[in-house]
Amino acid sequence: MPAIQNTYGDTGVELELVQSARKGDMAAFEKLLKLYDRKIFRIAQNITHHAEDAEDVVQEAFLKAYKNLDRFEGNSKFYTWLVRIAVNEALMKLRKRKSDKTVSLDEDVDTEDGSMPREIADWAPTPEQNYSQTELREILSKTIQGLPVGFRTVFVLRDVEQLSTEETAEALGLSVPAVKSRLLRARLQLRERLNRYFAKKKKKTTQTVGAPNA
Amino acid sequence: MNCRDFLKELNDYLDGELDPKLRAELSEHLTWCHNCFVVCNTTKQTIEIYRENAIYELPEALREKLHTAIITKCKKSDKGSA
Repeated sequence: MPAIQNTYGDTGVELELVQSARKGDMAAFEKLLKLYDRKIFRIAQNITHHAEDAEDVVQEAFLKAYKNLDRFEGNSKFYTWLVRIAVNEALMKLRKRKSDKTVSLDEDVDTEDGSMPREIADWAPTPEQNYSQTELREILSKTIQGLPVGFRTVFVLRDVEQLSTEETAEALGLSVPAVKSRLLRARLQLRERLNRYFAKKKKKTTQTVGAPNA
Repeated sequence: MNCRDFLKELNDYLDGELDPKLRAELSEHLTWCHNCFVVCNTTKQTIEIYRENAIYELPEALREKLHTAIITKCKKSDKGSA
């Protein structure tokens, strides 16, 4: 089975833009904005599940990045730094919305529920074709919303936005082993939850295979 | 190599981050363990479906509105003041 390709690009252009923006070149900053706004919006909405909050996060993250450009040390990629700012803003929004000051990336990560494969059912080669684009988006959105915020954030950064494990760890302030453990559990939980939509109806069995020591 | 060992390495197997020897052991496990084959395959599909069907796209009209708002705020702000 071939490995999944990571298409995350190189960053020479990014660095030049950051240096120009630092000198006050607003056009350069606007290019950075256009490079990353969609990604930041997706990340923000995956964390907050609220369109208006996600819009606010995009605005606040870019404004904060702009104001602090001189403090960006260049040890990491600008994008990783920007994601870190955006994730923090999004978590703050989530806390306000939930009136719960304890919302964090560590929420519910110790629960073992749903990580262990329970339902072993094969899917059709392209199961998503059984649904309209709107239906599919609803399924994917509803399914990922069911994951604890620490899991879904890791999944979105690693698997959707294709940051490396190290970049994800840096953006979230987590260790590399913590990112790996959460990613595995996020992937397995999503897979299990998507079974109900994508599993072939016939030959369905319920067997258990060994669980990882997450 | 049993199923538990396989699951522990599933991430690195899917991401292609394994040394060839361990990768070969995992591939060999998949040739006879149908359950792990299905879990591996459907997990890979899960990742690909989320990657290829980006939910929460930023609508173009909203995007332009956000750009204008952000650039206006940036111009009004002083760098280093946050």
